[in-house]
Amino acid sequence: MAADIKNLDESTFDETIGSSETPVLVDFWAEWCGPCKMIAPILEEIATEEQGLSIAKVNVDESPDLARRYGIMSIPALILFQNGEPAKTMVGAKPKSALLEELGEFL
Amino acid sequence: MSEIRDVVIIGSGPAGLTAAIYAARASLSPLVIEGEPSSTSDQPGGQLMLTTDVENFPGFPEGIMGPELMSNFRSQAQRFGAKFITEKVTAVNFENRPFEISVGNDKYLTRSVIISTGAQSLMLNIPNESRLIGHGLSTCATCDGFFFRDQEIAVVGGGDSAIEEAIFLTRFASKVYLIHRRDELRASKIMQERAFQNPKLEFLWNNEVAQINGDQKLDGITLNNTITSEKLDLKIQGLFIAIGHRPNTDLFKGHLELKDNGYLVTLPDSSRTAIDGVFACGDVQDDYYRQAITAAGSGCMAAIDAERWLEEHGH
Repeated sequence: MAADIKNLDESTFDETIGSSETPVLVDFWAEWCGPCKMIAPILEEIATEEQGLSIAKVNVDESPDLARRYGIMSIPALILFQNGEPAKTMVGAKPKSALLEELGEFL
Repeated sequence: MSEIRDVVIIGSGPAGLTAAIYAARASLSPLVIEGEPSSTSDQPGGQLMLTTDVENFPGFPEGIMGPELMSNFRSQAQRFGAKFITEKVTAVNFENRPFEISVGNDKYLTRSVIISTGAQSLMLNIPNESRLIGHGLSTCATCDGFFFRDQEIAVVGGGDSAIEEAIFLTRFASKVYLIHRRDELRASKIMQERAFQNPKLEFLWNNEVAQINGDQKLDGITLNNTITSEKLDLKIQGLFIAIGHRPNTDLFKGHLELKDNGYLVTLPDSSRTAIDGVFACGDVQDDYYRQAITAAGSGCMAAIDAERWLEEHGH
């Protein structure tokens, strides 16, 4: 993997999201979710191509409290955090072009 | 643009990927336009991407996870040289030869085409439905069941996939209502038996979902009894929709013959369509069996039909 995608959990999440100078797109995912696997390579591409954006992943199996905190009821769920606060939520797998379009204002 | 391919395969479920394996092994260098990611069953890998254990695909005595099975199919096709594009076909032109397949502004020229676009989940098409997808309303039990631990939820539908989802969801939910508009199931006997034995499952026969309730997230549904027209409010946190499928044939309207129910017409005992050099396999042309193994079998037929057709036409 060329880009640096961090795996966050309950002990590292707040610190990482709160201290990030760039917006962070967090991918809430799980091993058993087919659509999550489908968008994983797309997120890796975006992480490499978009320097102004960090990407992180949260495994909902390992961090159910984080999923609960953000009211996640469906994965893949992508939440974009700006200055530590959720600024945009996208639910469901989407093609790269659609993701980039939705992220447009933050890139 | 100028390269003319022997075969382009549209779609990448069991049918398309089996066709890709056979076509690749026949040195036809197939290009698979596999579709694009989504959380509906219209996506690369097809309907099995949204399932868990596949127990009836021969060769896996302990069963195999749907996404893993499809990833195996894909690797096998790749191993023999199939190429993949993870996008959706936007238009086809079968009027001129070679045929022209468009993906946005990109055009692919090909002597033959194998259509395996499959089918996608039907929705209820009632108000609030699309707004609450991902907020309590789901079309993917395997993706979302986890979030309904110790909650009360409902599944609507009466076929194998509805029963399978309902049983799967009892792993998480405290109670699963199964809402079906008739008083008997279409599901196979073995699934029915499992369902009737499951203490967390409660059947609400002769009911249909009349209304989906909830503001920010789903908090209940209103049922309409199909016999008495009685209304029933059900407080639930999650609703899973499994009411069947429709074939992905919008792309081919006006180009190929469709049955009244929208499925592609193929000639008896073959994968041929009315257009020479255009073949179809899998659920897009099968409104009867609709199994992964029959889709795979028909994908094999399509690749062999395409190979022989190309040979007869001097390619």
